Amino acid sequence: MAQGILIVVNQEGGRVRRVAYEMLSLAQRLAPGQVTALTFGDGADATREGLARHGADQVVLLSQPAYQRYSSDGFAKAVEKVVETVDPEALFFPATAWGRDLAPRVAGLLGAGLASDCTEIYSRDDGRLGAVRPIYAGKVHARVAIDSPRQIFSLRPNIQAVTESGRAGGLVAVDPGLDASTFQAVVTEVQQSQGGQLELTEADIIVSGGRGVKAPDNFKVLGELADAMGAALGSSRPVADEGWVPHSYHIGQTGKVVSPTVYVAVGISGAIQHVAGISGSKYIVAINNDAEAPIFKAANYGVVGDLFQVVPALAEAVREIKKDA
Amino acid sequence: MKTLVLVKQVPDTATKIRLNPGDTAIQTDGIKWVINPYDEFAIEESLRLKEKFGGEVVVVSLGPSRVEEAIRQALAMGADRAIHLLTDAELDSAGAARALARACQDEGYDLILTGKQAVDDDQAQVGSLLAVELGLPQVTVVLKLEIDPDAKHIRAERELEGASEFVELPMPAVVTAQRGMNDPRYPTLPNIMKAKKKEVKSIPVDSLGVSTDLWVRVEELTLPPERPAAKILTGDPADAARELARLLHEEAKVI
Repeated sequence: MAQGILIVVNQEGGRVRRVAYEMLSLAQRLAPGQVTALTFGDGADATREGLARHGADQVVLLSQPAYQRYSSDGFAKAVEKVVETVDPEALFFPATAWGRDLAPRVAGLLGAGLASDCTEIYSRDDGRLGAVRPIYAGKVHARVAIDSPRQIFSLRPNIQAVTESGRAGGLVAVDPGLDASTFQAVVTEVQQSQGGQLELTEADIIVSGGRGVKAPDNFKVLGELADAMGAALGSSRPVADEGWVPHSYHIGQTGKVVSPTVYVAVGISGAIQHVAGISGSKYIVAINNDAEAPIFKAANYGVVGDLFQVVPALAEAVREIKKDA
Repeated sequence: MKTLVLVKQVPDTATKIRLNPGDTAIQTDGIKWVINPYDEFAIEESLRLKEKFGGEVVVVSLGPSRVEEAIRQALAMGADRAIHLLTDAELDSAGAARALARACQDEGYDLILTGKQAVDDDQAQVGSLLAVELGLPQVTVVLKLEIDPDAKHIRAERELEGASEFVELPMPAVVTAQRGMNDPRYPTLPNIMKAKKKEVKSIPVDSLGVSTDLWVRVEELTLPPERPAAKILTGDPADAARELARLLHEEAKVI
């Protein structure tokens, strides 16, 4: 009988993203002693210790040459083969660019229901798993059941606590026996963009600018605050549409949906689409010279004032606090 | 080259969502319906491909009769004709993909384009599930698409966290569009008039012979908890900034 949870993650140079440990920690609470982690590629072996420490009872490491370069169709077939061997009741994927590309492909092959981008996965009274997932970019929370025999979830990064449970991480040898020359869509090149920018969906603190920043050059003022706070930089939609910042900065219903500990909205009025995209933040701070701006209704803390005076002073105050810490 | 572009009708992103207790779907009276914003990029891209390589752009949509408005708008942007898979039922991603796959199969295609996700249920699954149903390769969240119809080859740039990935794949394939791929055109008045006469073939989903049983079922919808009223600081900017830093440090304990 199918049991336990299979965590499917990617790795680069022997390192997994933090969300891998979030998923393992959660899986170990939901199915103690029945958690298997699967990863791919050169360097997969080096992930074993970390995966075990965070909750992998078993690991499957597909480090064969066929899995050096990502292929959505090839990797999905490999996951299908691993599922035949491990026979898990549920699969978890990270709701990252990688996981959101692969998970539905696997769901299609396995004929299993998938709940994407879940913020909560829990044990139901009937012994199955249920989930909560934000829809309409977070304007609504949906509690969903998956009724197919096997259940698949992708988990939003940056939500679950990471715990160490020191599991064995016993090696399960699986060779899917696939020929890479049959893989159709293959990654041929990866380019890092704008050096050092923290990924918004994984950031703990985000400083974000809107029209109130007035000109592209003025984003430097926000950059200074972001540096002081150790934050990633984001923006509202109009500012990205104007080309002041890259599209990848855009936060909101048709951009990135974020859930940091602290979100600092600077010169952002608070359109409903933007507020939806930041609603998962633990604390929202608004800095705006318009006391009537809707962003203040979504905020925990607000400063009504000229951002060009408030933001540098805030950066200075944060540096002072950090110096004393 | 024949491109099918899958278009979903969704509530305008400016919609304030209303729920009644016990609802498993949102209140839809008074809602303004629009083309899913990511599908607009897919429509625009398919029109540019037609302008470059010739051929045909066929819109495929699924949903109740109100969806025809979105279809007419896609036709007004320049698509040639449309297929409307008619149903009043709420399908899950897998059911929608099965119905769409059947229609695509019957229609034939060189390429299938759609948005990276619909901004209502945010599942981001239909493109990939459809690709599996049709036995096609996929590339999702695409920023830039280069197509060689003669060699039947695609090179696409897709967005990752802090990086771009280049994917090569054969045609036919399913491609899902990300913001930044292009700037969708606005329909011109003459094209809006022309769109009224374009063919929209209506096919009841029930007649397709595909299972629409739900695998993923909404049990309950709730609005997110409201935040307590904000602490608002005014007055001297430097003092307010210092007080804010103190609150973040001592009260919220986040810096």
